[in-house]
This record gives sequence, C-alpha cells and structure tokens, in this order.
Amino acid sequence: MVSVTQKLKSETSLLSHLMRRAGFGSSRSELETLLPLGYEKNVELLLHPETNEPVDKFKFLRYYPMWWKPGTMGGAGQASWVWTMVTTPNPLQEKLCLFYHNIFATGVAKVDHYDEIEDMIQMFREKGLGHYKDILMSVAKSPAMIYWLDQNENRSTAVNENWGRELLELFTMGVGNYTETDVREASRAFTGWTLEHKLPRFHMGRWDWEFKFIPEDHDYSEKEFLGHKGNFDGEEIIDIILSKRSTAEFIARHLYSFFIADEPQVPAWSVIPPKSPEAIQFLTDSLLESNYHIETVLRKLFNSDFFKSQLFEKVKNPTEVVVGTLRIVGNVAIPSPEIMEHSSQITYMGQDLLNPPSVEGWHNGIEWINSGTLMKRTNFVSELISDTSRPGVIDILNRLKKVDENPVSLVDECLDLLGPLEASEVTRNELIDHIENLGPFSWSNDSGTERTLELLQLIVATKEYQFC
Amino acid sequence: MTTINKPMSKEPTIVVLQLSGGNDYLNTVIPYTRSEYRDYRPIVNVGEDEVVPISKDIGLHPAMAPLADIYKDGKMAIIHGVGYENSVRSHFRSMDIWHTCEPDKLGTEGWLGRAIKNIDPNKENVVTGVSIGPSLYRALVAPGVPVATVENLDSYGMLTDISPENKRNRVLDRYKKMYSTSIGSGPVMDFLSQTGLDALKGADILNVAPEKYSSSVEYADNSISKKLKSIAKVHLADLGSRVFYCDHGSFDTHANQLASHKYLWNSASIAIKDFFDDLKEHDAADNVIMFIFSEFGRRVRDNGAGTDHGSGGVCMVIGDSVIGGEYGQYPSMKESDLDQGDLVPDMDFRSVYTTLIEDWLKLDPIPIVGGHFEKPKFIAS
Repeated sequence: MVSVTQKLKSETSLLSHLMRRAGFGSSRSELETLLPLGYEKNVELLLHPETNEPVDKFKFLRYYPMWWKPGTMGGAGQASWVWTMVTTPNPLQEKLCLFYHNIFATGVAKVDHYDEIEDMIQMFREKGLGHYKDILMSVAKSPAMIYWLDQNENRSTAVNENWGRELLELFTMGVGNYTETDVREASRAFTGWTLEHKLPRFHMGRWDWEFKFIPEDHDYSEKEFLGHKGNFDGEEIIDIILSKRSTAEFIARHLYSFFIADEPQVPAWSVIPPKSPEAIQFLTDSLLESNYHIETVLRKLFNSDFFKSQLFEKVKNPTEVVVGTLRIVGNVAIPSPEIMEHSSQITYMGQDLLNPPSVEGWHNGIEWINSGTLMKRTNFVSELISDTSRPGVIDILNRLKKVDENPVSLVDECLDLLGPLEASEVTRNELIDHIENLGPFSWSNDSGTERTLELLQLIVATKEYQFC
Repeated sequence: MTTINKPMSKEPTIVVLQLSGGNDYLNTVIPYTRSEYRDYRPIVNVGEDEVVPISKDIGLHPAMAPLADIYKDGKMAIIHGVGYENSVRSHFRSMDIWHTCEPDKLGTEGWLGRAIKNIDPNKENVVTGVSIGPSLYRALVAPGVPVATVENLDSYGMLTDISPENKRNRVLDRYKKMYSTSIGSGPVMDFLSQTGLDALKGADILNVAPEKYSSSVEYADNSISKKLKSIAKVHLADLGSRVFYCDHGSFDTHANQLASHKYLWNSASIAIKDFFDDLKEHDAADNVIMFIFSEFGRRVRDNGAGTDHGSGGVCMVIGDSVIGGEYGQYPSMKESDLDQGDLVPDMDFRSVYTTLIEDWLKLDPIPIVGGHFEKPKFIAS
C-alpha cells in the first residue's frame, strides 16, 4: 500500500518536473489528467504542438487592439506573449521561444520596434522544434537582429563585424574555437545582408521591415574560414560552423543550462568545464547525429536519466515565477487588464522581455536574486496564492480539506500540491511548528482556511520555492 | 546624555530626478527673444509675455515659477546643450546611454551603481542607494550592489499583503527563522539566505522613516510629490542613504504638448520646492543636491501639436552647495547649425556626471564615467 502511494508520488514528482522545465508548471488537476498517459507519452505531446489548437491571438487583440503592432509603445510589447504563455496548450513551444530569445537576445532598447522582435518570437514559435540551421538562417535574416547587430552597416567596402562575431561567440561556437581572422571572414560573407522598409501601413508609427540582399554590397571574393577556402556566402559559413563538434558542444551546453541545471554564465564556458560532461557529450552526439534537429534532441533530453535526476536544480527566472503562478491559480479565461500588470511584474523582477540587457541575454541562475527582486517574487506569489477568488486556489483548498486535520499532514499536503516541493527538514519543521503554534487545527471554522492560506504564503516565501 | 537629538550626518547626498520620455528643452529653458524660436515653433511655443525671464534672453516656462525663485536665489545651475555625439533618438537606447555611460556599446552597469559600490564597498548599509519606483533603474545596477527598490514607502516590505499586523509579524518571524538556518547546503542556498535576511533588514530600516517623519510642509497629491516626499522621509530619518533616484513623466509629448508639458512642470516644480522646504525645515537641506536630466531634448521644429524626438537637452542641479547660473552655451538654432533638424549638444553628459561624482560625492570619477571629462564647476568647494 505504502509503496503504491510512494510510486504514484514519484510519478507525479517526475511529471511535474517535466512540466516545469518543458513548460511553466502545471496545476494538480492538470497533472492528474496527464498522469495516466505516462511520462513518455507526455514528452511526445509536448514535442507535437501541431496536435493542439494554437492560442487564438485575435482573442487577445479583440480586447487589446492596440497590441496589434505595438511599435514603440513603452513596456507594452510583452503582454500578448505573456498571455500566450499563460494560456497555451503547448507550453514547450513558448518555453522554446524563451530559450531562443535568451540566446538570440535582441532588445527594443536599440531596435526600438516591438513588432520586429515579436516577429522573431513568432519565428521561434514556428521553427523552434526544427533544425537549428533553419533557426540560424532565419535569425540571420531577421530585420530585428540585422539592426540590433549593425548588419545593415556591413558592406564589402566597410566590413562591420558585430554580427559575425556574435554569431561565433554567442550563437554557435563560443570563445576559443575560432580566431579573429575567422570573425573577419565570416563577417565578409554576410556583407550585403541588410533590411529595408516595407511600404507604410499607417500614417504614423513604425514601418514594417524586411530582409534584403544587396548584391553590390556583397563581397564575392575568396574567404578562408575555419580552415576552409571558397567564395562563401552567409549560408555556407553557417554550414561550416555547424559541421564543427565545438558548435554542437556549445549548443548542448545552452540546452543543459536552460532545461536541466543552472550553469555559470555563457562567457565563463570557455574556462569552466560543464557540470556534467557526460550529459554534454550525449547531447552533442544527439545534435550531430540528428543534424541539429531540436525535436529529436529534446526527446532524448527529457527521457534521459540526467534530466530526471535534476529536480529543483534551477533558480526560476521571473517569467517562470509569474507565468507558473498564473497557470496554477487560474482565472485567465479572458485577457483581463491584470495581464498588463502581471507582464510588468516580470520586468520588475528583472526580466524585461523583448528587452534583454545585452546581446548576451540575461544572466540566469542565482543572479536573478537580489534583495529587491526576492521581495517582488515573494510578494507577487504570496498575493495570488492566497486569493480565494481564483479557481486554482479554491481547488487547492478543496483538496486539502480531504486530508487529516493535523499540522504534519497539512504541511506535507501543501508542499505536495505546490510541487511536489522538496523542502529541507529544517524548512518542513519550521512550517509544522508554525501551524502547531496556532493551536488545534480544524476545517470546521474559518480559522482552518485562514491558517492554510497563511501556510501557503509561507511556503511560497521559502528558499526552496525559488527553484524549479 | 541622550542620543535622541544627535545631529544629522551631513554626508553629501544626491537625488536624481529623471524626466522620462524626452523633455522639450526649448520650452523648458526658453530662448524667448530669438526669432528662430518663433519661426520653428509657430504653435508649440510659450508666449514672450508668459515666460519667467532669468536673463536677458532666457526665460523659464511659466509653470516653473517656483524653480525660477530658486534660480534667483543662486541655488540652481542650468547646464545647456547636454548630450553626446551621434545622439540616438530611441528612448530606451538613449536612456541606457545616460544610465551606463556607454554610448558605443551596450553597457550593463550603471554609473550610480558604481558610485554606491565606492561609497559602501563592504555593503555595510543595504539602503545606501534607494530607488523609488517599481523597477530598478539601470543607472543603479552594479554586480553585488544592494539597492532598495521602493514603490511605496508606507507599504514597503516582505509579504506586505498579509494582515493584520500581528499575523504578518508572526509570518515574518518564521521567515527569518527559515532563512537564518545555515546548514551548509552550498553557496547558492547560503546566498539566498543572506539575501532574504538583507531584504528584511532593508525593510526594517526603511520602515522607521515614515514613523519618524513629521513636517509642516503639505505635499500635493500627485505622483511626483509622493515620490519626493518618500525621499524626504528617508533622508530625514538619517539612515545613511546617499543616492536617491526617481522619475517623472511622461515627457514624450508628440501631441497635446502645451497642456501636458505645462502640467508636468507645474507638478514637478511645486514638488521640488516643497521637497527643499521640507528639508530646510529640518535643517537637512545643505548636504543634498538634486540632479535633473532627460534622455534627450525634442526636435526644434514643432509638428503642429507637439514635438518629436530630438537631441541636446538641458540639465539642472539644485541645492545650497550649487553655484547658481548658466553653464555652457545655448546651442545655435540656425538652420545650418542643426543636425537633422535637431540642436547639436556641445556638453557631454559625462562632464556633468564628473562634477557630481568628483566635486560632490568626492569619488574618483574616471572609472565611474569611463574616462576623463572636463567638468563645469557648478558645485561650491
């Protein structure tokens, strides 16, 4: 009897781990719907977003027509994406958008044009599970990226190395795997890849941009790149880059640090070895064998033991905090105005979506935490988890009412429903002590609900709750 | 033998007021006698009989009358034509440049974050820097520098949604216990523990401020007055805070400028006057200066209802230690001297920062602003 319960618990734990990493976490009732399908089938569902109806963008736009092409409207660009993350039946699709957005970090600070960055996110949504080469090629032709890294200034007569350098340093190989000459030669191959304005749709505001190749600005002469010689253009440069094992290793490390466990920041990768060399090797091999097919690689990743063993080894990023909480507490059937405030909260916690601090993306892991952001995170979750008008909170309370009316069972069940969360013995004892000190516990009067909410607020304020 | 009346510390303190959105220089410090001003601004102008003259050819916007009084007292510096080369017309990018002192690449560290690190290298005071606003301004960001980000001073703290007070206190006590137990579970958990306790400490320190505060000054009931009042409360509580930051806006007046610009300056000017009056009433004004800037000025020619993004702006510095007057030259408005229809700034913003850092905060400015810049001497030595 005990072992069956234990087994069920661990299956719930593992599935909730998968949903936190491949998505933004699930409520208990969602987990209960998914559980009978088994772990592997759930991985498949996540990898096949085409089987679900996508989020109806126009539903959001009917409420907020201004968010169709927000242009330069300050701080507003993220709201429709956040709403999509909260309501999507395809969480991995949105999680991958965030993954790529953190690698190909492009910000409105310079681009000054939300529409173009949103188009880039939409491209990640459509191609994120495909081949990495397609994504790289689309990024290379993305007007937002072109402007962000000064590709529009890159001409045969005046080579601008910004894109060429970041392509090698941050998007594919990492420092130490190429020379300054390679940066120069790669940049030459992308000369003439620029953008132009489409005809204006509006009398005022931003015009749409599109990719344009200008042959007169392209350098057609021979290049020598990573030991290869030829009259390469940008696509051939990308093919050469992808043929190198160091590229696959670098992308493996990106996948590991985003989906499996926190690693040091990207610039440190050339000097600090990976946490798990075996996992990196496995992912590198998968990338090379599958020709960088992300769906194939993620299938292996999510089904691997090294993924399944790393529960709560990542500090939640602010998007995970906000979207994860909203997915648990519910009440998002229609895009009510609170979605604007919730999107802003992500910014206040340090992650201004569509506006990363630099091309390096955000610093992840423990760097999300400072005294100001910790307070914001805690207060945000505490307020929502104790809001009894939310269907998700009501559901949690109803489930708790079925367990024994004693502090130990109450604490354990709360920890279970909010994860299952793995609290340290010290934390768990403090929580039990807290409830015990309040006197005999009973659901038969109002104090039951009140104390339970207090307990939930205390749990979301723990150190353990900062991890996913 | 009592410590209650110990004199306030008189360490130099700076309050930064950021005018977000791009304040229109031409209609703030107005070259009202120049014919070009009338030519370029057929609609979005301030009448000659309305300006508050401060010299023979410069006047302030009438909504700034309280500031004109401060100027006439010799306590306000007006620094003309401030900006940087190849001015950027994007709000975000330009603000980043002002915040990070990096015009040519993306910077992640703020100039005031670096200053705070120099003031308090051992992080002895978690409220050395105080930012008023929901977000932390990039100007204040530097690795390992704690800055208290206060949205509302009266409700600042951890788990503020929990009430009543006795319930919240018992939850916070428990929080402290959970964060105090160090069981050697690694650097990440240790850092989290320390940060949680720092956050509680910062809130405990700042929560004293509203309790200690009393004043005869009645601030207006608007956002800028509330922000400056919060800063006054913290400063008067003498908690060792040295850098304060808040913003006001939006000054992005593409349309309806005459009304909105007037409102913005009216509310700001009254708030600033009240703020300094409040400090003076408590003998706490002489070690405070206020620095006012915007990410850019606006286009010289109006667009019929407002003005578009431009370059070259004006900075103001207010305080007892300020040598009042005009610094730098008002940029030329001759057609041939304009750059894409905009004023050409000839005072680098990092020059202004250099004076603030070196002459006021008494720190080495070169590593903070990233180089040597000639400084306008607007601080009395």
